[in-house]
Amino acid sequence: MPRARRRRARLPTPILLIAPSLVFMTALFAWPLVVGVAQAFTGVDGPTLSHAQRMLDDPYFWPAARNTVLLIVVLIPLQFAFALTMALVLRERPRFSGLYFYIWVVPLAISDLAAGLVWLSIFTDRGYLNSVLDRLGVEPYSWLSYEHPTTVFLAVLIAELWRATSLVFVIIVAGLQGIPQDYDEAAAVFGATYWQRLRHVILPQLRPSLQVAMILRTILAFQTFAVAQALAGRDFPLLVGETYHWYNTLQNANVAAVIALVVLGASMVTSVAYLRLLRDRTTEVAT
Amino acid sequence: MSAPAAVRRPPAPAATAPPRPRRSSRRRKAVLLQLACLAITAFMGVPLYLITLAALSSRAALNRFPLSLLPTDLSTETMSRFLDSTGVVPGFVNSLIVGLSTLVFALLVGVPAGYALSRYAFRGRDPYQLFLLLTRALPIVVLSVPLAKVFLTTNLYDTTYAVTLLHTALALPTTVLITAAVFVSVPRDHEEAAAVLGANAAQAFVRVVLPQALPGIAASAMFTFVMSWNEVLGAAILTLNQRTLPAQVLATLADSPLAYRFAGGLALVLPALVFIAVMRKYLVNMWGTTLR
Repeated sequence: MPRARRRRARLPTPILLIAPSLVFMTALFAWPLVVGVAQAFTGVDGPTLSHAQRMLDDPYFWPAARNTVLLIVVLIPLQFAFALTMALVLRERPRFSGLYFYIWVVPLAISDLAAGLVWLSIFTDRGYLNSVLDRLGVEPYSWLSYEHPTTVFLAVLIAELWRATSLVFVIIVAGLQGIPQDYDEAAAVFGATYWQRLRHVILPQLRPSLQVAMILRTILAFQTFAVAQALAGRDFPLLVGETYHWYNTLQNANVAAVIALVVLGASMVTSVAYLRLLRDRTTEVAT
Repeated sequence: MSAPAAVRRPPAPAATAPPRPRRSSRRRKAVLLQLACLAITAFMGVPLYLITLAALSSRAALNRFPLSLLPTDLSTETMSRFLDSTGVVPGFVNSLIVGLSTLVFALLVGVPAGYALSRYAFRGRDPYQLFLLLTRALPIVVLSVPLAKVFLTTNLYDTTYAVTLLHTALALPTTVLITAAVFVSVPRDHEEAAAVLGANAAQAFVRVVLPQALPGIAASAMFTFVMSWNEVLGAAILTLNQRTLPAQVLATLADSPLAYRFAGGLALVLPALVFIAVMRKYLVNMWGTTLR
């Protein structure tokens, strides 16, 4: 009896430890997923594609899809370059680095809705940017007008860059701290320049942090919508914003569910692509 | 820790550029660094200053053009009108309740799983990690739409519990993976030493592993709370009357004057400032080796 009990207690410890999270995630993930698929593809009389058709016929759908992809493709590289620069600058321990660190991580705790409102005060017609331009004698410009889609996009892009870079920055800072200094020091002793050390010593060791940050940020970027909502309303539609619009304003949960599934599918494809790409690279390095 | 850092600097310039006078190049570097820092700080800080200025200006001042860039006409009118609007104070309370319960829930469920991943090789480990990656690689928040239906049938719709459950699900994979990474970085030797000295697994965990893992766990908790505080889509879909602050602001966005939106912006930003200020000290203490 005691032997049996000991064996039983020893074997399943990890299973016991992960079980709660497994149950929790399944309940809040698999269940709504099933309900969502049902919502999206069943009508009053059985299975139907009419909700999907309605989504595709909506004039806002394709612009929303295009905007979402465009925002991700432009934003993520900018964001990583920026965050890496910030982390490397701080790594040189400039004076006042504590204060800088604080100001740079503040946006970490700012919601995308708040970020939209912050930049609204700058970009709106009678806002701070136009006030400054007016003082300088430049004609004010309607940055957020639906007639100027380019500047609307730029405004959303800047607001997102401002808000979401801190997350990448913190992940990279933490990653840098996990890197033993020996290699870097050795490389410096042997006369490697800063760029050589960055390219061949620091970045390879940062790879795990960068990978995590990359996947995390891309998935989060798919969910961006309140920034655009605050800055331009439906003039700059994004996919998740359309979900919200169909659910709340048009009160059509079925079409909202279809769009939600589209976002899910797109994110899944992107993540799988990332993982394959990153895994291939790692094996390449290993061999 | 500081000795090697002090030794590190001198060889670099000597090796790369022996003839150049060392001191002036170092000074130039320091100036350039400061310039870079100031530029980044301006980009990060000026918008914060402007939203504060806008929210603390009177309506009359906000109607003027061009707007003053200096705090010449401060007034609490805009903020107090915002706070008096329906649903704002309850929204604030709801946000706080949801955020704190999410943090506790996510740590309770997530930390054990993170520890299991870091310390045990067990059957089902790989599928579990894959499952985590999957849930993380998907924007679960869009499942709020069907989740609203589920909560309607289970009488959870329009409660803070509903939002808490969703937020915990959103935070859990990150919590597990972050804490797993944190536990990996705690040397196993220390735990084994504790075991040799007679501690059981739980004691070794609480007295040896946990203190070393605390900064990482704190960082994970920070992300969780912030995520919950900021999450707007799920909260807006899952509630009607029990809205969190962002959901309340979003719902009334279209029909509200600019002054209300600026005040809402500041109300959402202010807790972030305080929160990061508190957490920064903690993080800087713990991660202290490079950021002092």
